[in-house]
Amino acid sequence: MTVHELKSENPYIPFLSEITEVIKHTEIEFTFRMTYTGDVKPGQFFEVSLPKFGEAPISVSGIGDGTVDLTIRKVGKVTDEIFENYVGDTLFLRGPYGNGFDIANYKGKEILLVAGGTGLSPVKGIVDYFSAHPEDCKGFTLLVGFKSPKDVLFKKDFEAWEKNINVIMTVDTPEDGYCGKCGLVTQYIPEIPINNSDEAVGIVVGPPMMMKCTITELFNVGFKEENIWISQERKMCCGIGKCGHCKIDDTYICLDGPVFNYTKGKFLKD
Amino acid sequence: MGYQTTAEKMNAIFSDLSKDYLIYAPKRFVGDGTFTDIDTIRYGEITDLSEIEFAEKSDYSFKEVLLPISETLFYFTENEMKEADAPKKGAIVFLRSCDLHGLKRMDTIYLENGAVDTYYKRLRDNTKFILMGCENSFENCFCVSMGTQKSDDYDAYLKVDGDTVLVDSHWDYLDTALTGATQTQVIADSVTANDTVVTIPETVPQSLFDAPFWEEYGNRCIACGRCNFVCPTCTCFTMQDIFYTDNGKAGERRRVWASCHVDGYTDMAGGHAFRNDKGQRMRFKVMHKVNDYKRRFGTHMCIGCGRCDDVCPEYISFANCINKLNALVNDSAKEEN
Ligand SMILES: Cc1cc2nc3c(=O)[nH]c(=O)nc-3n(C[C@H](O)[C@H](O)[C@H](O)COP(=O)(O)OP(=O)(O)OC[C@H]3O[C@@H](n4cnc5c(N)ncnc54)[C@H](O)[C@@H]3O)c2cc1C
Ligand code: SF4
Ligand code: SF4
Ligand code: FES
Repeated sequence: MTVHELKSENPYIPFLSEITEVIKHTEIEFTFRMTYTGDVKPGQFFEVSLPKFGEAPISVSGIGDGTVDLTIRKVGKVTDEIFENYVGDTLFLRGPYGNGFDIANYKGKEILLVAGGTGLSPVKGIVDYFSAHPEDCKGFTLLVGFKSPKDVLFKKDFEAWEKNINVIMTVDTPEDGYCGKCGLVTQYIPEIPINNSDEAVGIVVGPPMMMKCTITELFNVGFKEENIWISQERKMCCGIGKCGHCKIDDTYICLDGPVFNYTKGKFLKD
Repeated sequence: MGYQTTAEKMNAIFSDLSKDYLIYAPKRFVGDGTFTDIDTIRYGEITDLSEIEFAEKSDYSFKEVLLPISETLFYFTENEMKEADAPKKGAIVFLRSCDLHGLKRMDTIYLENGAVDTYYKRLRDNTKFILMGCENSFENCFCVSMGTQKSDDYDAYLKVDGDTVLVDSHWDYLDTALTGATQTQVIADSVTANDTVVTIPETVPQSLFDAPFWEEYGNRCIACGRCNFVCPTCTCFTMQDIFYTDNGKAGERRRVWASCHVDGYTDMAGGHAFRNDKGQRMRFKVMHKVNDYKRRFGTHMCIGCGRCDDVCPEYISFANCINKLNALVNDSAKEEN
């Protein structure tokens, strides 16, 4: 029996997915490569569902042939259990949920993608795509900030990306022996060469404060709000528009998001 | 078709129906209320029409029939999931017009907003709704303001008057069962006015979300969530896993009612929460009930039953809040002009 035969009509019943590979980025952040066939977009998410422990929404951080990557940070009940007992085994999943990023919106444009820490996960599929197809856009800059050198995720991927796209990585607090850039992502934005800021696309994902400051800075260098895209995180118990926890005004983040154009996203007030 | 029959005949019909249906209606539970020495009226199973509390409003709504307070979704062992069985019997629910409108709000969330909810649908498909009329408005009701004082969307309307029972049936089963009963026109009792009248602001500008207005609620609300639990249109839940023995692998996943007033509703990992302030929670609920839901689905979520006002231990009035908010919106519009 293949695991996918277990997929049920009942949206609450998860299916079993095999962990084919575990990539360790930091002590508490691993990527789990999971078997999955079916449509899925960067920025969508799965509910990782552990009997006895509960569920956690996790973004798709990479899309492969018959696999999806889930980059999970160990922070609590469900995620602790995944790290402690599931490495090299199987996980129950349901999804994918949410709208995700639509690569078509960015093709042929100049793109500036700004990510903070684990915020890189939901947008990593976009970076992967344009790194593999740089000819599909007019220029791609990845600007990403991590807390410290030991918090850097996707080190292997960075090596590949640096060959094809402009990559700027910075850390808040350097350590001995670190020779890269320091400081907040916002301070690097003015330095990034953008030919036509009227049409350039900005994609911003990270902690709320980082997103706010980054967007202000993008406006300062001339980005239009309709060209800015963000992804939001909220508490989610169902992922399918029922439990209510993710709702902001008339918007269900799990259904209408988590990805929003800023013209809509700016009105979301908890 | 309308009929006049006897309580005895009707009880016999319900007795037959009880082979296939559980019959739920508002019942009086003595000395069980929010405030000491007061009865509560809430839903329970009945076998005889005389058990139904027709004279007063129920403190709790019918929603727990379709959305149990705690509902098992599936059973699990280490590698297997098994969907919880549906109840063997269907349900018959006695309810008032406002609540019947509330049912539509639940349908919208559970059948239309995103995926169809398997558990709700299977209960809903096997439930019949019997309307109870309202001869007079109860305390805190504002159904007329919400346009929910009447409904034709029932399987039957039923009125008990001593030994006489009037029925308006939209259900073939009852038409057949009542063959031979006196046919007559039966029109459901409904109210045309309430003491409480609310005026809902068409839109509330976001600038008023942080208005000092909400602070009063922040100071008074104790975040007990009762207003959400009694509300027929509050539909939120949280997942809960239960396991049978500490070291065993078997257990079940349930969903349990959740409240946007209660701490933890928006908590995320790392201790981050939105709306820590209780006044902001009130704002969130009020906006959902009379603004946000309508923008998304076309009708107001609140059906004006007034139960939230009845139950609040801090005497917070949702109806007053809407009216005061309306005044605030008007004032702020004037200031801008
Ligand atoms: C759309 C979306 C995408 C996400 N993508 C990722 C990702 O790619 N990688 C990653 O490591 N984390 C991601 N998160 C955060 C992740 O879901 C939480 O860290 C996780 O739920 C914590 O679960 P826990 O049981 O280990 O922690 P606990 O703190 O023990 O969780 C307690 C409860 O709160 C809920 N909860 C806690 N934090 C969150 C949160 N941020 N969002 C929603 N519910 C939460 C959990 O469902 C759980 O029921 C994402 C969250 C959302 C909403
Ligand atoms: S908000 Fe209050 S008045 Fe409106 S439906 Fe809910 S309980 Fe009834
Ligand atoms: S408004 Fe009243 S009933 Fe609702 S949570 Fe606050 S104190 Fe409890
Ligand atoms: S996560 Fe349940 S409604 Fe969005």
